[in-house]
Amino acid sequence: MPEEKTTNGKNDKSVGLVERLKAGVKEDLESLRTDLPAKAREQVELLKKPSKTQVFTSIFRHKHDDTPRNRALGVLSNVFLHLHPAKINRDAVRYSYTWGMGGITFYLFIVLTLTGVLLMFYYHPSKVQAFRDVLYLEHDVPFGKLLRNMHRWAAHLMVIAVELHMFRVFLTGSYKKPREFNWNVGVILLVLTLLLSFTGYLLPDDQLGFWAVTVGTNMARATPLLGHEGPFGAQLGMTPYNDVRFGLLGGSIVDANALLRSYIWHCIGIPIIASIFMVLHFWRVRKDGGISGPAAVVLDSEIKEAKK
Amino acid sequence: MDWKQLWEILSAADNVPIIAMIPLLAFYMYLAWRQAHANDLIIAELEGNAALAKTHHRKAWPFKPAWAKEVHVWPFLLRVEFLAAIIVTIILMVWSITLNAPLEEPANPNLTMNPAKAPWYFLGLQEMLVYFDPWIAGVVMPTLIIVGLMVIPYIDTNPLGAGYYTWKQRKFAIGTFLFGFIILWVSMIFIGTFIRGPGWQWFWPGQTWDHNRLIYEVNRDLPDLFGITSNWGKGIFGAAVVGGFFAIGGMLVHAFFRRHNAKDYKRMSLLQYSIMMTFLLTMLALPIKMLLRLLFHIKYVWITPWFNV
Repeated sequence: MPEEKTTNGKNDKSVGLVERLKAGVKEDLESLRTDLPAKAREQVELLKKPSKTQVFTSIFRHKHDDTPRNRALGVLSNVFLHLHPAKINRDAVRYSYTWGMGGITFYLFIVLTLTGVLLMFYYHPSKVQAFRDVLYLEHDVPFGKLLRNMHRWAAHLMVIAVELHMFRVFLTGSYKKPREFNWNVGVILLVLTLLLSFTGYLLPDDQLGFWAVTVGTNMARATPLLGHEGPFGAQLGMTPYNDVRFGLLGGSIVDANALLRSYIWHCIGIPIIASIFMVLHFWRVRKDGGISGPAAVVLDSEIKEAKK
Repeated sequence: MDWKQLWEILSAADNVPIIAMIPLLAFYMYLAWRQAHANDLIIAELEGNAALAKTHHRKAWPFKPAWAKEVHVWPFLLRVEFLAAIIVTIILMVWSITLNAPLEEPANPNLTMNPAKAPWYFLGLQEMLVYFDPWIAGVVMPTLIIVGLMVIPYIDTNPLGAGYYTWKQRKFAIGTFLFGFIILWVSMIFIGTFIRGPGWQWFWPGQTWDHNRLIYEVNRDLPDLFGITSNWGKGIFGAAVVGGFFAIGGMLVHAFFRRHNAKDYKRMSLLQYSIMMTFLLTMLALPIKMLLRLLFHIKYVWITPWFNV
């Protein structure tokens, strides 16, 4: 390419150059005078319909007139909504049946993630700093108290919501075929929720958290086989310095290592594990045929017993 | 009646969620019962009328003739979700503005909190510590609760009641779950939160917490009552009692189950049946051990050099 250009330059005749330049500039100015207002008018028209712009259509891939097709696409072409089907059974939105506790649990998880990330900006998981950071949050950080309160209460609410969700799923027999496996995923998520809450309890590094975690982890001493005070623990060579409690706390007492471990499990470890199980849980809700009911009642006399 | 004491316990910030749970649980149990009752009425009617059963809509709140079977998620489901998110946000906002999260003094290993309580959702387990050694209350029982919950779908062979509220079609399953969830789990959280005071002693609501109260309870072990003193004797005796509980209790449950749940009994495989029995009897052992302790001051039933039950 560069070679072509140089040969072109050599072949040009210097005589016509000035004329050609003049004509060209004149043409350019003329085009500005005619095209610019036309383009400006065109631009104004385009801006009146922002949904027709390339930027907009590149983000939203479908039209927005109120047609059944667009309603469906609004859900299906959105990464956050596409876990939903386009259409669902009319009964499935009945709140008295669903209680909405699964969704509320997930929403609380999001609230906790957001408030938790903000809290992390102000918190050092070290014995020297942790308690002062909480005091700092409560008294100096703008809205710090609100932030901490909201994290705390959302966590309690999440435990309640999870338990109510399980209660509803049990009462409606929703764990029955084909949803057995998803019930198991749910039980694991219940345990992870409790663990998330428990690991967060120590983080303010106050008396409440310290003694709650001391009481809680003291039970690990008594783990059969793996704890130094548990049945057959001593026989298997367990001491306070190598048993399962030592592994949990990173030491034989609740101290700096326990605080750090608690922090990492609370902020990174368990949220990642829980997110994976949540993905699985939601995916299986869809794959197992969506929400279980309210279904038509089945009569005892209609059940055909399998032959054995 | 010490109102101040009562108020201190009820208004402790971390206890508020439990107080909030009472009306919530009551409301949702009412909601469930109302729908279960409506469905049970339909079931009873249809069981007695085969012709009607063929054409009946079979729902407590049936579709109107013009209604489509399916609705669009946008907006019909998403607006419910959006509304729920807004309401939860408002509740959280108001709650967070009006009530501060608890913060005690800095952690101090040399100053024991009395009572030192676990977070409220673990208080059921902590309450169990009164009746069982830590390896049972803190490790075995939680594991059994988790595993027990996980096996439910695989041992519940009753095909009825999938996807609708009912009581009459699933009396045994729902009764067992209510017993485990409400009677054991929730009520033990209540005891742990509102009743237990300093030294984990029993203080009735409104009774002043006395940090110097001593209770001279002489707890005995079951083998002592029978005058068994040798280690071998205690071990064998305890194994016999625990084994006897599972054998006799198992026979009683068996006698009940095969009569009142004949169809389920017939459907269940040996593995399913024995798993159900194991978990059910272990669950029943908890209140029995509690009663033994509270009424007869019995500490251990089975004593061995390695563990005590």
